[in-house]
Amino acid sequence: MAEKQYPNIIYREKDVPDIRRYEVYAAHDGYAAFKKALGMEPKAVIEEVKASNLRGRGGAGFSAGMKWSFIPQSEPVKYVVVNADESETGTFKDRQIMENNPHQLIEGALICAWAIQAKAVYIYLRGEYMDVAAQLDARIAEAYANGWLGENIQGSGWSCDMFTHLGAGAYICGEESALLESLEGKLGQPRVRPPFPAQKGGGLYGEPTVVNNVETLANVPWIMRNGAAEYKKIGTEGSTGTKVFCLSGHVAKPGNYELPFGVTIRALIYELGGGISGGRQIKGLLPSGGSGPVIRFDGNDDPRLDTPMTYEDFQKLGSILGSASFIVMDETVDMAWVASRITKFFKHESCGKCTPCREGTYWLDKTLDRIMDGTARPGDVDLINNVARNMQGMTLCALGDFAANPILHTIKNFPEDFKARMGAGD
Amino acid sequence: MLAEKYADRIQKVFAKYPDKRSAVMPMLYIAQEEYGWVSPDGLREVAEICELDPTQVKSIAGFYTMYSEHPKGKYWLQVCTDLACALRGADEFYGQLKETLGVDDGGTTADGMFTVEHVMCLGACDRAPMLQCNFHFHENLDMDKMNALIAQWRAEAGK
Ligand SMILES: Cc1cc2nc3c(=O)[nH]c(=O)nc-3n(C[C@H](O)[C@H](O)[C@H](O)COP(=O)(O)O)c2cc1C
Ligand code: SF4
Ligand code: FES
Repeated sequence: MAEKQYPNIIYREKDVPDIRRYEVYAAHDGYAAFKKALGMEPKAVIEEVKASNLRGRGGAGFSAGMKWSFIPQSEPVKYVVVNADESETGTFKDRQIMENNPHQLIEGALICAWAIQAKAVYIYLRGEYMDVAAQLDARIAEAYANGWLGENIQGSGWSCDMFTHLGAGAYICGEESALLESLEGKLGQPRVRPPFPAQKGGGLYGEPTVVNNVETLANVPWIMRNGAAEYKKIGTEGSTGTKVFCLSGHVAKPGNYELPFGVTIRALIYELGGGISGGRQIKGLLPSGGSGPVIRFDGNDDPRLDTPMTYEDFQKLGSILGSASFIVMDETVDMAWVASRITKFFKHESCGKCTPCREGTYWLDKTLDRIMDGTARPGDVDLINNVARNMQGMTLCALGDFAANPILHTIKNFPEDFKARMGAGD
Repeated sequence: MLAEKYADRIQKVFAKYPDKRSAVMPMLYIAQEEYGWVSPDGLREVAEICELDPTQVKSIAGFYTMYSEHPKGKYWLQVCTDLACALRGADEFYGQLKETLGVDDGGTTADGMFTVEHVMCLGACDRAPMLQCNFHFHENLDMDKMNALIAQWRAEAGK
């Protein structure tokens, strides 16, 4: 079967090998979008991004242009922070952008910085991406050397700096307010909101700050070059543009696949991903790593596999598209084991600042351990349901929900896997 | 002393931020590089450099898993056994690695060469099994490749 051609907005290295190098990027429209933006009023740049309906790729899908428009222009000091923490299991898309098309991220972040008139951009990478950060530093130096960063950029009278900052192994630092704390040299624990990062008092060093994911910002140069109207022709009405889908687990060809929103799950897993390993049947899909509700599929013929991949359609499936980190599980997988693995992760990563999350993940883990080692007590499944429901919406940051959702949904969608492990009487 | 030995790097780090406190994480990396772990001396020096209280620096070092509060083997192997890797054989791989080196999770070989531990997702789930050795990635591993790496590291260290 001939592979269908999809546009590469993000992974342009597929069309232009070596685009990571400055000369190659510059020769292929590189920094043309930023140059164009510099000729526009910052406000007009925000309007264009808003009109494109570009939604945040870090998980929540919030309108990027809208977020930028919240920044109070009257404040003299503002920041852009790029979220490159990428720590959710099953997520490995931002690393590929930074490794293979780094200038596009730099350019996108610069356009955002111009639009809100920021003083500096900080790129917060997870500590494990130390080698990636070193390469990115070299690319940023190229941007300085070519007059795209520093004092009085391109004679605009506006100056802006860009720096990388390494985390040091804490999943919670991907949460934007914890990330800002960490960048300020404090413990990476979420802040009480409001004030939100965009507001005075809520951002980096208390200044209004836009926090965007790497992939979100990497879309921006294309939008500025081609216009919002062209961008909206890709994807669907509610989910515009392309999305990187990280495919992992039981598929023949795991990897990153950039596709327009609206392609079906089946096309991703069976055409591009080569199908389920070993010709087995699909059982479940975690569409947003460990943090979103699991979707049940009853084998490879399940008609729900023909669902288009958009934010809207995944809600209809009772889940979320989130970061589109697709972990595929075949018929051999025990969903109680999956729940227990995910729970161990969140118990480990809970920052401990609020009680429902700290205590809740502890009890969920303890109870699941009993279920896994065959010492479950009658009522343990009910106990899990109770504890998890008491976490939902009760915590300072979304990690509490992330920890509760997967368990509630594995139990709901795969009751047989839990029943099999419960003693008589439950 | 870090302040003298790494004066240039420290200046570059400070230039990034409007306040010294933000430099604490990069400084802890420098301390770890110098001493092999975040030793009490390292903590004290970082606190001085960033003008922070040593107990604050200690709590930051303790919060983040990449700062080691104990000496490690010369090669610190962190194997991802998180969900996406576990579905692609990471548990079995990690079991064999521990057996080959004769250590348990978190343990260090008697010759001080290797420390092994399991870690959460490292952002390379499509290339499982994988690990990080002193923060550099090694991907698409199997025991043949692993044995070759171990031999190579032993040769490098003259052991
Ligand atoms: C526990 C937790 C972890 C998160 N981890 C990440 C992450 O690794 N990368 C990311 O871009 N967003 C992450 N987010 C979402 C961020 O808080 C934030 O919404 C995002 O960076 C905004 O960027 P976007 O609008 O461009 O998506 C996380 C959120 C939570 C609650
Ligand atoms: S929900 Fe969990 S991770 Fe988030 S602030 Fe509370 S304790 Fe920390
Ligand atoms: S789960 Fe192992 S690298 Fe992501």
